[in-house]
Amino acid sequence: MWTPVVFWVCAAGSVATGVAVFRVNSMARATFALLASFLFAAGTILLLNLAYLGVLVVLMMIMEMVVMVVFMLMYMMNPAGLMPMTMVHNQKGSLAIAGGVFAALAAGILLVPWPTSDQPRPVDPTRALGEALMGSKMLVMMVLGLCLFATMVATVVLAHHRGRYDRYGDALRAKRPDDPVRGGLDR
Amino acid sequence: MTLQEYLLLAAALFSIGLYGALSQQSIVMIMMGLELMANAVIVGGAAFWYFASPTRPDGQVVVLVAVTLMAVDMAIGFAVTTAIFRRRDVDLTDSAADLRG
Repeated sequence: MWTPVVFWVCAAGSVATGVAVFRVNSMARATFALLASFLFAAGTILLLNLAYLGVLVVLMMIMEMVVMVVFMLMYMMNPAGLMPMTMVHNQKGSLAIAGGVFAALAAGILLVPWPTSDQPRPVDPTRALGEALMGSKMLVMMVLGLCLFATMVATVVLAHHRGRYDRYGDALRAKRPDDPVRGGLDR
Repeated sequence: MTLQEYLLLAAALFSIGLYGALSQQSIVMIMMGLELMANAVIVGGAAFWYFASPTRPDGQVVVLVAVTLMAVDMAIGFAVTTAIFRRRDVDLTDSAADLRG
């Protein structure tokens, strides 16, 4: 009996805090509004018996948003919301596109006869997921691992202070790297 | 609870994220919009697993892919922001329009 109530509270909370992300006056508040939106959405996942995935989303999003707040404070103007902030372009066009997309999606959702299943739900969905990832869906797991590794390499390369062009010149022809301090690679 | 209600929630989250990604100037705020859109995929995948095919774990695998996508998206986004901010002191998309055709 409580399940629909909890679902609607979570759904309304998730949408409301999602809207708040782009309406509040500070980047830090926007980040925490986004975190609240993710937590409400995770609540709806937990209602579907997906304990592992729900808790995974909760833990990951808390970490991710806390890291995001640090970046906000590093880069952004007005992180504390002491002054009104609007940083938007083409707001009307964006609103129209987003509203149109929602209308189209909602029409599809309400008009399409979706398949239903009367088969019993698995007692332990986490076990089913684990067995799938180690069996029939192993390719997905391998691609995800490869993507995460590529991300680690790419982030380090992108965020690095000095690249090879700084060290060896634009044509990469310098005999000795131009480093501010001695030591390191090729020295 | 029905599949339609969950999909409506996912559509609302996706549209809000789309609005944010299209309208915001700050690169970090655009990433927030993208994360909201990935969140919609999570809700939709979980709902499809529960209501449409609970005996096959495909929906759960989609959720896992979307969660990984969110982490990768944020890591790469912040690395790009760091790189462009360090080179040119730019944190707005309007100042980084070099590739405009």
